[in-house]
Amino acid sequence: MTSPDDSEPIAIYDEGLARRLKALACTAPLHDLDGRKMRLEWCDAAVYQMAEIALQAIDQVAIAMDFDRGADHEDVVRRLLPFVAAHAPERDGAEHARIARWVVDNLINVGSSDRGFRALYGIFGVSGSYERRVFDFRLLIELAGPDGDIYLRVSDEAINVLVGALDTDVESAQIAAEVKLENLIRRGRLSDAQVAAQQARYRTVQYAETLRRKLEATCRDVRAVDWEHEVPDLIDEALTHITERYRAENAILTNITQARDEAEDPGRKRKAADLVLIVEDCIRRHTQLQARLQGAGRTFRAEQDRQQFSGHAQCAAIDLFGHLLAPVLGLPVADAVTPISAFFSGGSGVRPVRLPRLVRLVEQLLTVPQDKGHLLDEVPVPELAPLPDPDAFSGEQWDLASALVDLEEAPRRLSGLLAEARDLDPDLPFLVALRVMYAIAPEIGVAVRQHDEVILLAVDDGTPLLDPQFGGSDVLVAVARLDTSARGTAPNYEHLHRDEVA
Amino acid sequence: MSAVDAMEQVTDAARLIAFGLRPKLIPSRDLCYSELVKRFAEDADFRSLVESVAEGLGIAVLGVSARTGMVLGPVEDSVFEQKLDDYARRAILGDRHQERVLHGLAHIAVAALAFPRPDDLAADTYIGRVSAEQVGSVMREACKMLSAKAVAAEEAGDPLEEAPELERVWRVYLRRPETALTKDGRPAPSTTQGIITKALRFLVDQGFLAKVNDDDGGTYRTTPRYQVQVRELAAERAFTELLALNVITVTDPGGSLHTVSAASPEVTGV
Repeated sequence: MTSPDDSEPIAIYDEGLARRLKALACTAPLHDLDGRKMRLEWCDAAVYQMAEIALQAIDQVAIAMDFDRGADHEDVVRRLLPFVAAHAPERDGAEHARIARWVVDNLINVGSSDRGFRALYGIFGVSGSYERRVFDFRLLIELAGPDGDIYLRVSDEAINVLVGALDTDVESAQIAAEVKLENLIRRGRLSDAQVAAQQARYRTVQYAETLRRKLEATCRDVRAVDWEHEVPDLIDEALTHITERYRAENAILTNITQARDEAEDPGRKRKAADLVLIVEDCIRRHTQLQARLQGAGRTFRAEQDRQQFSGHAQCAAIDLFGHLLAPVLGLPVADAVTPISAFFSGGSGVRPVRLPRLVRLVEQLLTVPQDKGHLLDEVPVPELAPLPDPDAFSGEQWDLASALVDLEEAPRRLSGLLAEARDLDPDLPFLVALRVMYAIAPEIGVAVRQHDEVILLAVDDGTPLLDPQFGGSDVLVAVARLDTSARGTAPNYEHLHRDEVA
Repeated sequence: MSAVDAMEQVTDAARLIAFGLRPKLIPSRDLCYSELVKRFAEDADFRSLVESVAEGLGIAVLGVSARTGMVLGPVEDSVFEQKLDDYARRAILGDRHQERVLHGLAHIAVAALAFPRPDDLAADTYIGRVSAEQVGSVMREACKMLSAKAVAAEEAGDPLEEAPELERVWRVYLRRPETALTKDGRPAPSTTQGIITKALRFLVDQGFLAKVNDDDGGTYRTTPRYQVQVRELAAERAFTELLALNVITVTDPGGSLHTVSAASPEVTGV
């Protein structure tokens, strides 16, 4: 790592590098899909561009995410179908659906216990030493809705890296996108305008998501939120934002509706129509967001009434959240085990000792096993990679064969080598024959690059081979020395001094 | 007192403890039980006898009243002690430490949400309400705040590969998915929702919670026993262990479960 004239550590802690490594890691699952598609047994998946489908899936989930919930699993698969079908129109719909489901499942990473991805990366720590760290991330997240259904949301990592490099201030990015959109529409570049409109919509989704989280915390516990400054400011900001966007989008909508109606070219007409849909969707989202914001104040007042009159000062007791839960969350796992175990054994009551009784044993054995209801361990379906072929020859046989063809002085006939090999091991002649066969056209370039001293050569002089197992020419086998002084230049036969010429 | 009377006294003391070992039984449902509870309150000799018998069995008497019945807690290494290890045993996936921590954490979180303020834990008449979803979201929120704090402090974020046991608990919690479907369409037990649901059901079996309805992943109310159990034993023990680790937290008497501002140090109190 260090050389004598360079005693400084070669690198210092670079957060930017770590960030880039992590961003790069987020794309790995997508490449991995394409890498693994050949191993799918149930169809020939080579025609499907899996990374493309995966990006489409993430987009579809991002678009379907709204205020209360995310995208339904089946719904996403259904929306994906046209994109999958476009890759292989001649295949049937069942296969398309299966591919779509496979991609979505892999983005969730069904089958791993964490339902996430893990990447290793190394950075130079503060002290200058190289440290290996693990980065855990997810792309699609499963969440439970209020009604107990499970739906999908796009993770922050996926939005930031895969939907676009959106790791910027939501507000300013939104304004930039709108300005761009207006410009593009004015200049009549509809396909660019569509891209910009879609980006604007992603930002709207992201904005709504930020607000949703804030409001969720608000509704849970009045005291959990700073209602004096933080939330009112937030709501004001959001309402201002909505007003501005609403105005802007209505203006844009008028413009493109006009463009749509006046367009002659069907492609252009269609693009304009798509744009109208996207902008309408944006407006719908803003309306939804606005309703939420107005409801928040009401929720606060109702909750305040409910919670204000409960309880009065008592003797001091332990603050479970502040004294126990929060500090424990901040501890390393190894340290946290002790207090957590102490709480559990103290807080779980007594466990009466159960003695087995013969009378009950019979009864227990005869009891029909209970269905464990909705909590059961899952059975992951492993994705199997074929095992590498076992080695045909053992290491011992390789050693024997190497010893046989290690001809220091005179060249030998293949027949002699084979006969000698047969005496040592019945399988050995095959290996010897193979090695000699390779020696007929030796890879001299490779040998030179590897800095080998010698190379095995076989030359056919027309003598037929008389052997019980093999046929062909009884070649002459010799060892040639590579001229090491000529290293670095292109190898050619002038640099080879044969010990013996056949 | 004759020898026969003394024997009867011991029998009664043991009987009272036996009642206490049935978590769902309350004195108002059983005449004999309520009489013994009354006697415990009035007769000092009987009280010390009960306490001695309990001590011999490896049980601590945490509280006795008509509302709560006999609340017992195991002393350390007693045969009556529930071990976190046994409780989390079914979870064989992954790191044992992490599984234990997550399962135990769910229990602290349920208690913290059931008694959000110190007053709630102290007031004998307080009945807490807690739902699975509430526990999950507060936990996640608390972890996110710690995460935001770590980012703000520019701590080198991700855990070291070779030392997973040094990873912070909140990271382990955040990494765990909230919910997931198994192949046959049921929620998976290794998720945080699964772990929390397991804790809630276990506490119902122990007579500490009673189910109210199925809203929000299952809503429960606390029983008076639970309050005594948490206040008199669990919180004290865990707090002592934390002190031994030199984790000392000062919060204001109003409780600390009240801020979402990520920059505020109040939520963790550290």
